[in-house]
Amino acid sequence: MNAHDRNLPTSDDGISAGAELLSVDNVTLRFGGVTAIQDISFNINKGEVRAIIGPNGAGKTSMLNVINGFYHPQEGTIRFRGETRRKMKPYEAAASGIARTFQNVALFTGMSTLDNIMSGRSLKMNQNFLTQMFYYGPARNEEIEHRKKVEEIIDFLEIQHIRRQPVGKLPYGLQKRVELGRALAMEPDLLLLDEPMAGMNLEEKEDMSRFIIEVNQEYGTTIALIEHDMGVVMDLADRVVVLDYGKKIADGTPDEVQSSQEVIDAYLGVPH
Amino acid sequence: MKISKGTGEFDTFPKFLLRNAKVFGTRPAMRHKDFGIWQTWSWAEILEEVRCYSLGLQAIGMNKGDKVAVVGANRPRLYWTFAAVQALGGVPVPVYADSVAEEMVYVLQHAEVRFAVVQDQEQVDKLLSIKDQLPKLEYIIYDWERGLGAYDESFLHHIVALQEKGRQVLAKDGDVDWLAGIARGKGEDLSVMLYTSGTTGKPKGVMLSYDNLVLSSQNANKFDNFDENDEIIAYLPLAWVGDHIFSYGQSMTAGYCVCCPESPETVTENRREIAPTYFFAPPRVFEGLLTDIMVRMEDASPLKQKMFHYYLGVAKKVGERVLDGKKVSIIDRLNYQLGELLVYGPLKNRLGMTRMKVGYTAGEAIGPEIFSFYRSLGMNLKQLYGQTEASVYVTAQPDGQISADTVGTPSIDVEIEISDSGEVMYRSPGVFMGYYKNKKATNETKTKEGWVHTGDAGFIDGNGHLRIIDRAKDVGKLNNGSMFPPKYIENKLKFFPNIKEAVAIGDGRDYVAVLLNIDLQPVANWAERNNIAYASYQELANHPEVYEMMGEHISQVNLDLASEERVAGAQISRFLVLHKELDADDGELTRTQKVRRSFINERYSPLIEALYDGTSQKYVETEVVFEDGRKGSISATVQIRDAQTHAPSSIKEAAE
Repeated sequence: MNAHDRNLPTSDDGISAGAELLSVDNVTLRFGGVTAIQDISFNINKGEVRAIIGPNGAGKTSMLNVINGFYHPQEGTIRFRGETRRKMKPYEAAASGIARTFQNVALFTGMSTLDNIMSGRSLKMNQNFLTQMFYYGPARNEEIEHRKKVEEIIDFLEIQHIRRQPVGKLPYGLQKRVELGRALAMEPDLLLLDEPMAGMNLEEKEDMSRFIIEVNQEYGTTIALIEHDMGVVMDLADRVVVLDYGKKIADGTPDEVQSSQEVIDAYLGVPH
Repeated sequence: MKISKGTGEFDTFPKFLLRNAKVFGTRPAMRHKDFGIWQTWSWAEILEEVRCYSLGLQAIGMNKGDKVAVVGANRPRLYWTFAAVQALGGVPVPVYADSVAEEMVYVLQHAEVRFAVVQDQEQVDKLLSIKDQLPKLEYIIYDWERGLGAYDESFLHHIVALQEKGRQVLAKDGDVDWLAGIARGKGEDLSVMLYTSGTTGKPKGVMLSYDNLVLSSQNANKFDNFDENDEIIAYLPLAWVGDHIFSYGQSMTAGYCVCCPESPETVTENRREIAPTYFFAPPRVFEGLLTDIMVRMEDASPLKQKMFHYYLGVAKKVGERVLDGKKVSIIDRLNYQLGELLVYGPLKNRLGMTRMKVGYTAGEAIGPEIFSFYRSLGMNLKQLYGQTEASVYVTAQPDGQISADTVGTPSIDVEIEISDSGEVMYRSPGVFMGYYKNKKATNETKTKEGWVHTGDAGFIDGNGHLRIIDRAKDVGKLNNGSMFPPKYIENKLKFFPNIKEAVAIGDGRDYVAVLLNIDLQPVANWAERNNIAYASYQELANHPEVYEMMGEHISQVNLDLASEERVAGAQISRFLVLHKELDADDGELTRTQKVRRSFINERYSPLIEALYDGTSQKYVETEVVFEDGRKGSISATVQIRDAQTHAPSSIKEAAE
């Protein structure tokens, strides 16, 4: 059901749908003597859903961390929107339009759903601390503007009923949804999802899949996701890159990847 | 204001809408919470919305007499659909939105709908999946465009687009013809078709005329003094006659405001924000709210708990007497006032019942303790007895004459008779026209003189109040000859917050046995406090300590039954806790959440056999249907236990 080949909206960065948005070139990441990622190259095209899969410890999350600037690779480069970079801080990545969610939900547990998603707007706020403190004039208008955007996201994710609840008390599946909401609040060009369905039941997975498809199709957001549920990956992704022990072992459409012997071996193991 | 009778100037809902726009112009007619803010439409604005919508429908070819399915939650545009369709002489057919596709096929085929107005993508997908089986269905119209951007079927229309089309027609040709069409409508015309949920057999399409609905609505408004200043929250299924009368009929005739919640999950919160003056809920909603309060209180600080329980005691003692205007000592009265300040007031505010003028419960018997609980807090909660075939109202309790075990006196213009067999019969202006395309059923239910068989056994007590015992056909006999009223027993069980659903069996058997469903919320809470680990509903339901607890509840019910001469023989001898929740998707409950007895008897026949052959456990496999219509199965080994019964003579001692 990869029906993503319709006319996708182009955002104002001049990159048309299907053209390269991000490319990872010969990246190697080492932690001391351990090589987490070894000479990996792949690209992400605008408007697609790109899945990164692989067995445990394959380097998937490290790969995401490299893309959003949390880790700095020893070798290789990342090109985002045609700009090559070597070192970038996570907040710079965020400011340039890369948002992400985490494998283990990383929300402000004491704050409400609304405030958590609102925090995703902070990069877009122009008013300074002082004017915000008095909540007057432009600061007020700005707040209303952002709140509107946040309410749209709440509506989109169907979490109206937990708007005022502290997220720490919410069930896991809903926390995941709030986290997606916070990432969406940044209106990102590239959305990185680290195991968005982990620990969910079937119904929650279906809901989450629907949200991901809609984010991708309605907002035209490019998505890179890590996921273990093969059914989900095969349904959602346009292209899949498979990692194993820090190396890329396959790259292509879900069907191609699925039939690759190397991938099957990596997942099922081979006799030694 | 005085409103002329339905046979007068205003005899159809579109005419009432025109009147309301003129008379109540700027008063709020409808609210809907969207993006976290309550949006409000005045009557004049509603008329504009409906007019454009209606003209848009006409532009794509809707004619007089066309049937229009309405599928979805309580959203303003779906309510507007009723008026927009009726203005063209069409007939809305609201359908339960949570029906799975196969269930929907029957109703839509039978009603021969040409148009379907649905809420969202989910419903559109459902209809597309069954469209091949619905040759008469030509157009699908949706309210919420989300996710539907990529659908390019030519028969799919967005309501907003239709309204735009209507606006162009209006600008070009005006609305003279449209108004003339409304003026041609008559009171005896078919207004709406409501499919009964069908506790037995296939659903039947109840045809109600404008006269039925308009007169019933006006009488109800008169009975409880509703006018344009009232406000209700619409949250019950559109396809249910109650919602059609409360949220459409009575609103149109009285001119009061209807508020649509943000989503089905936010009803409680939205109710608190709106604080409706008129509130209707089936007993299970009141039960659920009470359970919720009690569960929350158990997590409160000891001081708060103490205060809460002390003042509940005060309310229990004097609350209902205060409400009914009976004599209460000064000290009690002052104490009750203090309780209002400290406990009842905040609690009512929390429940959104601060402004409640009248609250009704109906559909099933309400536990007397639950009923008293709400009334003792100072809420004017009453019972009514109604049917789809009667345009709801058969009897209702007048203010000040309330008790938990009656359903009140006949409503305005309603006559009641008890047939020789003990069945309740009524005749009223609200009596339906007939079942659609089912003359046989119509003749079985409605006599030539206009009397309707309710199928309920009951009697009129000394004060002229109707009492319902049970469904006439459900009251049975045990082999030893004692009377077996299943619902009576089930309701006693369901009063315990831990028991969600109970099914009693005993007709033509040696003793009474019950199947129970635990209520997950309180039982899970209890398990947490008692360090009982469990992985699933099934495991919790099968836990020995849960069985222990259920056994105690049943023993208590038996004690209760033992004290009543007529039903002392119907004490429960054996029971089991079901491994799955009874669910409407599996056909075990009706869409209005009533137990389908015969279906359950058949489906769980191995378990029922085990209840009577003395085994202590039984392995079963049960097919389940998921929300999206896929099927699966769950299996479990269900325990069966004996219950403690009490001798009628030992009541006193046992109670000590």
